[in-house]
Amino acid sequence: MKSVRTRDLALTAPAVLYLALFMIAPLLLMLYVSTLERAPFGGVLWDTHTSVAYEKLLFERDFAGKLSFNGDYIAIFARSFRLAAITTLLTLVVSVPTALYMTTVSRRRAAFILFLVTVPFWTNLLVRNFAWILILRNGGALDQGLQWLGLTKQSLDILYTPLATGIGLTYSFLPFMILPTYVALERIDKRLIEAAFDLGATRRRVLSRVVLPLAMPGILAGAILVFIPCLGAYVSPELLGGGKSMMIGNLVQSQFGASRNWPFGAALALMLVAVLLLTLLVWRLVQARMARRQP
Amino acid sequence: MTETAIAISGVRKTFPGTPHAALDGVSLDIRKNEFFTLLGPSGCGKTTLLRSIAGFEDLDEGSIELDGVDMGRTPPNLRPVNTVFQSYALFPHMSVAQNIAFALEMLDRPRDGIRTRVAEMMSLLRLEGLGERLPAQLSGGQQQRVALGRALAPQPKVLLLDEPLSALDLKLRKEMQIELKRLQMATGITFVFVTHDQEEALRMSDRIAVMRDGKLMQVGRSADIYERPANLFVAEFIGDANFLPAVCVARNGDGGRFRLSCCGEDAVELDVTDANAIATGAKAVLVVRPERISLAPIASALLCGEVPETIYSGSDRMAHARLADGTQLRVRLSGAADVQELLAGRCGFSIAGNAVRAFAA
Repeated sequence: MKSVRTRDLALTAPAVLYLALFMIAPLLLMLYVSTLERAPFGGVLWDTHTSVAYEKLLFERDFAGKLSFNGDYIAIFARSFRLAAITTLLTLVVSVPTALYMTTVSRRRAAFILFLVTVPFWTNLLVRNFAWILILRNGGALDQGLQWLGLTKQSLDILYTPLATGIGLTYSFLPFMILPTYVALERIDKRLIEAAFDLGATRRRVLSRVVLPLAMPGILAGAILVFIPCLGAYVSPELLGGGKSMMIGNLVQSQFGASRNWPFGAALALMLVAVLLLTLLVWRLVQARMARRQP
Repeated sequence: MTETAIAISGVRKTFPGTPHAALDGVSLDIRKNEFFTLLGPSGCGKTTLLRSIAGFEDLDEGSIELDGVDMGRTPPNLRPVNTVFQSYALFPHMSVAQNIAFALEMLDRPRDGIRTRVAEMMSLLRLEGLGERLPAQLSGGQQQRVALGRALAPQPKVLLLDEPLSALDLKLRKEMQIELKRLQMATGITFVFVTHDQEEALRMSDRIAVMRDGKLMQVGRSADIYERPANLFVAEFIGDANFLPAVCVARNGDGGRFRLSCCGEDAVELDVTDANAIATGAKAVLVVRPERISLAPIASALLCGEVPETIYSGSDRMAHARLADGTQLRVRLSGAADVQELLAGRCGFSIAGNAVRAFAA
């Protein structure tokens, strides 16, 4: 018993140490920073505590020192969630058919498609987003292509809009959706699909009643893998959204950068963590309830 | 009464990349309300034939008619047949009741009707109280019954069963054999059953088709297949048999006289009721079931030999006799036979002329 415990400890020590050092400690540091008074030129006054940073999330203080409600930051949170949700939905719409197609072709071809899906990872994310600027900008590849085809006359003015951010995010996170979805679909026993056909199901119903429910854990994993990093995305909104449609990531960055308000930046980042944890918790509860309803 | 449920004619199927045809010119009529078995060693094409009826295989040639309608390339979901798969293939994310309701929902039956039918199937298959369970929470035998209920629920014209009992232990398998027979009679649905177990086939079937290398070897009632095998393969595959080399020495109507070549110097001759059109002077193999050979006093016996060992199996005792030239002869005796007497000295055996099937060697 004792030796087992020592062994467990030895095996988990690297992970625990890593998490403690690079995850828990920084979070605690952030928590501490968020309760401090900002220093005038960046940084914080390490010995002056205040709740101003958290006040600022919802209220603004005018010159007279009076508090009034300010929904600007809530709006940025809401926009981030909306964009992350839309991106997740878009990656889903692209990934499920792709992954389904991959399960119908030979293993060699499926492996080749998997290879193609991972190829973009070889290039830096920043570079890839700059490439999208060249495609989406006025008179860029997209405009030229569409005009050459005679589909549009003027520029589409896509770059520096939320749409451009959405396109960039969808592109960046697509592999995270395709991979788990494909693995989940590939694992489904083909005999179950035959059985469903045999019992009179049309292709559509085989998909909706058997294939997708069985692949759901993988699809959900993919959705979480896309949704969470999307929420904190920085590069695509900055480069493709032109900083006009600010998301949480950009807001946090600006607090530590240009605005020199470290406590508020820390408070914002912590809020994001808190909201995410809450979302996942609700998700789990809903899942558990669904599992109970359908025994 | 003997209407045709499934008419299979000239069916051919070769899988790409394989040299031999999986189905090689199979023609077969399966009657309504019968328990029909496709029997053969693995790789004989029996499962391919079953899958062709279900609609999972495209035929190279030939046609399959269900209830007088040519199925052509009709997909499985539009055929009035359901399959019980060897692995059961129950939907793991659905409860027992949901599994059984699946086909009914695919037919867009009204909800009340589905509920009633599911309850009916659950009681027919003795699954009461298990409706909410998931397949993973059931024993092998229960899963088997859910698979049956799921396939029978929409009242298909034909139920296809692909070695459904092979995963069960012996006791459960025997129970399910009786259960299947009961279900077939209770529902009046045509059952097409695939198995490689000849004993199972004999026990359950109205008629059996014995297959080998994609061809039909014999189609007939269980007793016909056992008593009157059409060829040596069927004789060997179904049940125990002795194979005695012989030469036809005379013909007499349908019958003939054969000289056995297993007795060295002594010319032992045997009158066979059905010579199976073997010409005088031609070599033959005589097939005799062990239970059709009886003990006889040496003086009047056809064959003599020693019995070095016997194998007791309760109801009967198999004597492994050795004839003069070393040929083995298996004789099934009553379990109450006197072993000491058998083992003591030479024994005589006699064979009735109508117990022998003759085949050209």
